[in-house]
Amino acid sequence: MSKGEIVAGCLAPHPPHLVYAENPPQNEPIAEGGWEQLRWGYERLRESLADVEYDAIVLLSPHWQTYIGTHFLGLPKFKNLSVDPVFPNLFRYHYDLDIDVELAQQIHDRAADAGLAVTMMKNPDFRVDYGAITTGHMFNPAWDKPLVVISSNRSRDYYSVEVMQEMMIELGRVTREAILASGKKVVVIASNSLSHRHFTTESAIPEDMSKEHITSHAMHLWDMRMIEYFRTGQAQRILDEMPEFTEQAIAESDGGGLSWLLSTLDVPTYPGILHGYGTIIGTGNAIVEWPARDHQEASE
Amino acid sequence: MTNGELLGSYIVPVHPHTVLAPEQNEGWGRLREAYDIAAQRIKDSGADLLIIYSTTWPSIIGHQIIADPNPEWVMVDHDFHELGSIPYSFNIDEKFAHAWNDANEKRGLKSRTVAYHGFPIDVGSVVALKLLNPDNTIPAVIVSSNVYANRAETTVLAKACMDVVTATGRKAIAITAMSLSNRMFTKPIEPKDDRIHSLKDDEWNRKILELLGEGRLEDVGQLSRTIHRQIRVNKVVAFKPMWWLSGMNTNRNNLTGEVLAYEALHGAGGAVVHLDPTPSGAGDIEYDEDNVEYFAGERNVLDGDQREHQEDLESNFEAPTEMVQENGPALWDPTESKDSVNSEAAPKPVGAYPHARRVGDLLYLSGVGPRQPGTNAIPGGPIHDKDGKPLNYDIKAQTQAVVDNITRILEEAGGTINDVLDVTSFLVDMDRDFQGYNEVWAETLGKVGPTRTTLAIRALPTPIAVEMKVIAKAPKTK
Repeated sequence: MSKGEIVAGCLAPHPPHLVYAENPPQNEPIAEGGWEQLRWGYERLRESLADVEYDAIVLLSPHWQTYIGTHFLGLPKFKNLSVDPVFPNLFRYHYDLDIDVELAQQIHDRAADAGLAVTMMKNPDFRVDYGAITTGHMFNPAWDKPLVVISSNRSRDYYSVEVMQEMMIELGRVTREAILASGKKVVVIASNSLSHRHFTTESAIPEDMSKEHITSHAMHLWDMRMIEYFRTGQAQRILDEMPEFTEQAIAESDGGGLSWLLSTLDVPTYPGILHGYGTIIGTGNAIVEWPARDHQEASE
Repeated sequence: MTNGELLGSYIVPVHPHTVLAPEQNEGWGRLREAYDIAAQRIKDSGADLLIIYSTTWPSIIGHQIIADPNPEWVMVDHDFHELGSIPYSFNIDEKFAHAWNDANEKRGLKSRTVAYHGFPIDVGSVVALKLLNPDNTIPAVIVSSNVYANRAETTVLAKACMDVVTATGRKAIAITAMSLSNRMFTKPIEPKDDRIHSLKDDEWNRKILELLGEGRLEDVGQLSRTIHRQIRVNKVVAFKPMWWLSGMNTNRNNLTGEVLAYEALHGAGGAVVHLDPTPSGAGDIEYDEDNVEYFAGERNVLDGDQREHQEDLESNFEAPTEMVQENGPALWDPTESKDSVNSEAAPKPVGAYPHARRVGDLLYLSGVGPRQPGTNAIPGGPIHDKDGKPLNYDIKAQTQAVVDNITRILEEAGGTINDVLDVTSFLVDMDRDFQGYNEVWAETLGKVGPTRTTLAIRALPTPIAVEMKVIAKAPKTK
């Protein structure tokens, strides 16, 4: 068996507004557009990977929140209706997704061996969280690649950002090992926003872009600081500043996705490609790709 | 139509173990038995509405209220999916949901109803409704817990809800679906090994339950932030359900509390507690925060003219149904004598006199106003503030509260409202209030048929608009 490979790592946020604005047939509500900067960013990300062959997508979603360790979707298919409990007016999506159970099990087993609390989720009635579906759709609307979906272990809530990072860096390490050992080519995705302070009101037309902006200057500064690190290959600085960033920007990195992603990519020193940045109901969102396929040292 | 009321309140745990696996652990089984007792009590109470505030349904855009008359789906818990699935089909009072939504907006809250096929009812609400209302005979309404809401917003949410309960004549039960300490074990455990995560959590839980057992709900509400810091994992929703539940109970501290069960659920503290509105215990509020009636927090961040908009909303706000009376003379304990009749269910006097006195076959009641026992609140609001500035108030609500207080005093004497023979009513503003007062009279004492005299006077000792002097038949003594 040939050695597996991480072909790309992506930061790919999941506010349901993006799917809503795209008007795909799977989603019930109809929009007049909106959030184009981010949707075009996703378009550029898809174009960037259009000629890259890969077998599976491994995705960590902060909206499957688990408090008893990390869970993995563990059945080959999930088909259901996902309604966002926070924005049900925007997201009522009929999904039908395939899971790479074999790869999920391999990551699970290595994580268990490393001492992490892990569980395979095998209840067929389980509804996949809207974060995973939104990112899954925006990244690959054809849904023609199987996924590995990993829950967000809320260890930051129980302990601290530091403990969360320790656990997520370890999970990233074993994720990487499992992928390389699997012989598969894989894209790894963290599905989270950057600064995460929402507006608490919604405009009459949700996609009214005259109302959209970052909630505060401080949030903007933090987002730009992180993006600068993304663009200049300073992943270690992101990990180092994660406690301050998470605390001060109320960042969705609290779910562990970004730390896990950077660890899975072996803390890249090469630049990430910024495909887009924009705000969604006040939160900061960046679409970033780390082209690991072009940096062999990252896959060794 | 009679005024609505809250018949009782319950605090119940959110984890699915009580539905799916009560037999796997004795403690889970005891929680299930307590749930069943609570369900029977609710059924026997004659309640016609269940109101659920769930901590496992976080919201961002204000509060959300389920308005789908029949939500149906299958719920699987994000953590405890191995326990199985819970199919549900609930009976939701969509009219009440919409009315509550409107009442929220009148009180300055951001709010919306939710009625979408397939909307995921949260685990706490599913567990509570499956076990407290197993036959779906009582309509329910469910509200989310806003992640950004503070005490003021959560309290006003409750008051808006009670506005509708009162106005629609509902007999309601308030339910908070919540954990006490919420720190779970972060690894899977065998059911037999379940226990409260730490001694410290257990001690705090028992302190909370001691207070609730004494009916001191507002005290627990005021300790919410401390409790959150001490025994709560900083999940999305903080320990705020006690703010809502206390608001539903007019911030009282003298309820009749009973802890039906307290057990561990994967390390978290789960309890079933019944709070009956019957006054009990000492119950005085020892310290207080603002008793806010209208939410004027930082909202409308999308608009540049936020402050102006907010001021418009506040100036258009109609009188709330109830405001605590903080201005007025000192309160006295009613005087005791051989023939006196005094009731803890009636407001304290403002001088040295009893609530009533028995003379032969007659009961003579001291002047009765609308102030509420315990809180001294004035339904319909006071007629002026501490500085004498006139306030808008609701004469109908005040008059109804007077009749209710008369009823309580007569019941203390062993009689009923039907024993009233003669009434002298005092109004501070005849021109403004006679019509509203007369309407409530017609629906209450007017049906009993006492003689009546109505007088206009300059003022009453407390900032109220109406008072009644009553002579009634005395029930025969045994």
